[in-house]
Amino acid sequence: MKKDFPILSTVLPNGKKLVYLDNAATTQKPLSVIERISHFYKSENANVSRSAHYLGEQTTVSYNNARKAVAKFINADEDEVIFTSGTTESINMIAYGWGDPNVSEDDEIIVMTSEHHSDFVPWQQLAMRKKCKFKVVPLNIDGTINMVEFKKSITSKTKIVACARMTNSFGIINPVEEISKTVHENGAILVVDGAQSVPSMPTDVKNMDADFLSFSGHKMLGPMGIGVLYAKKDMLESLKPFLTGGGMIDEVKDESTTFACAPDRYEAGTPNVEGAIGLASAIEYLDEIGMENILEHERSLFEYAYSKLKSVDRVTLYGPKEIEKRAGIVTFNIKGIHPHDVAAVLDSNGIAIRSGHHCAQPILRALKVDFMATARASFYIYNDKSDVDALVDAIEDAKRRF
Amino acid sequence: MDELSDLYAEVIMDHQRHPRNFGKLENFDREIQMTNSSCGDQISLQIKFENEKIKDLKFTGMGCAISMASASVMTEVMKGLSVKEAKHFCDEFLEMIREGKVPADDLKDAKVFSNIHKYPMRIKCATLAWHALQKAIE
Repeated sequence: MKKDFPILSTVLPNGKKLVYLDNAATTQKPLSVIERISHFYKSENANVSRSAHYLGEQTTVSYNNARKAVAKFINADEDEVIFTSGTTESINMIAYGWGDPNVSEDDEIIVMTSEHHSDFVPWQQLAMRKKCKFKVVPLNIDGTINMVEFKKSITSKTKIVACARMTNSFGIINPVEEISKTVHENGAILVVDGAQSVPSMPTDVKNMDADFLSFSGHKMLGPMGIGVLYAKKDMLESLKPFLTGGGMIDEVKDESTTFACAPDRYEAGTPNVEGAIGLASAIEYLDEIGMENILEHERSLFEYAYSKLKSVDRVTLYGPKEIEKRAGIVTFNIKGIHPHDVAAVLDSNGIAIRSGHHCAQPILRALKVDFMATARASFYIYNDKSDVDALVDAIEDAKRRF
Repeated sequence: MDELSDLYAEVIMDHQRHPRNFGKLENFDREIQMTNSSCGDQISLQIKFENEKIKDLKFTGMGCAISMASASVMTEVMKGLSVKEAKHFCDEFLEMIREGKVPADDLKDAKVFSNIHKYPMRIKCATLAWHALQKAIE
């Protein structure tokens, strides 16, 4: 499979072969996606849904087909799929477009301690704007959500619950189906951050009963700058457009404007067509492998890495041991070496990992993680056991140097 | 020798293992806390002034080898300097890191950081303590 990804044959200036293990930050792109985008600019490019000519039609058909592909991929209807610039924009669209008109001072907003900053800060800021209560659900010692505490914190005043289906820091799969049931029993809405889960496991919005789901194209073989906001049909009535302007209107008069139907009303301005069709091409590639198989592959690499690293002196592994709660993310520290220095030594061995707080400071603070930072190796479809072996060897090199 | 020695020069590793002026001052005139938000390095710097001079300074903090060694070197270079000299040294150091400009001789041990400009991801680590000092004496 590595041959489908031109960048994976990179040789670093020091002669080391690239081993790319930073997939939770962004994935590499197969040639089919790169060529699809190139083809768009070579033979289709025009503005979408506006220009009544041959190229305008080509572009519009491709863009609409991309939306259909995304809808099918997550088991949604087409008009429930809104293209955005990424997960961050999607979540802010909900916070401003649904939160501002629907949340008031007496309400409560709940998030998990393990949320990525992009699923934490918009809700905290919304709560501050509305002067309403902002509750952060504590975690168990392994970083999983403390479900007892969650169930205690939710009340009839709770309006919004935000939760990732898979955490980006430790790669923990959260029980969103169970959370969803509790949320809806209490009359609140569930906002799911799917940035990490959608690339790595099957997604069925009807099954998880999410009111909103956000994800990004670049973490699933697609281009940067394209993302998705899924909004359940029932929510579209109460979701106000966040951006206004061209392409999202029905009729504009001097004194007032009526908006177009969903999803157009949420996509003001010329959309990222190249991104949308690139994402559709990525979905085609993923579908050929099968999302179940991807999760299984990630887990087999996680188990292999975990079994090798758990006995390595000075290495601390974070997160639960149970494989059914995990996917392909190994988060660790080496005693006495700051993760940035670990990453630098690994880089000199050709291995690309992430180090730092992973935009998830609350979980690192709650679990009192050394340095308030960790190293993180994350696997994807093109990684294999030899990549894990290289990682383990390089960790030994870091220990020798520090 | 490999390219890592370029980043982690022997002097840097020595300061990382045995940071100078690490700890708290009993009496100080200014205390500055600063973090490098991109990676979480933290520093707290305390300074005692006397007659427009930096009489003493100490730091505590948490971060990578580069950020801690840089703080250690900074305190060694700055101790005893006038505020005016300290400002000048800060500017020289930051210019060396950002532009890769050949450092003036008076930077002493701080010159070992001259390679950092080749590692853009580490610039914030190397400059954190110097920015803290800049803020303390502005």
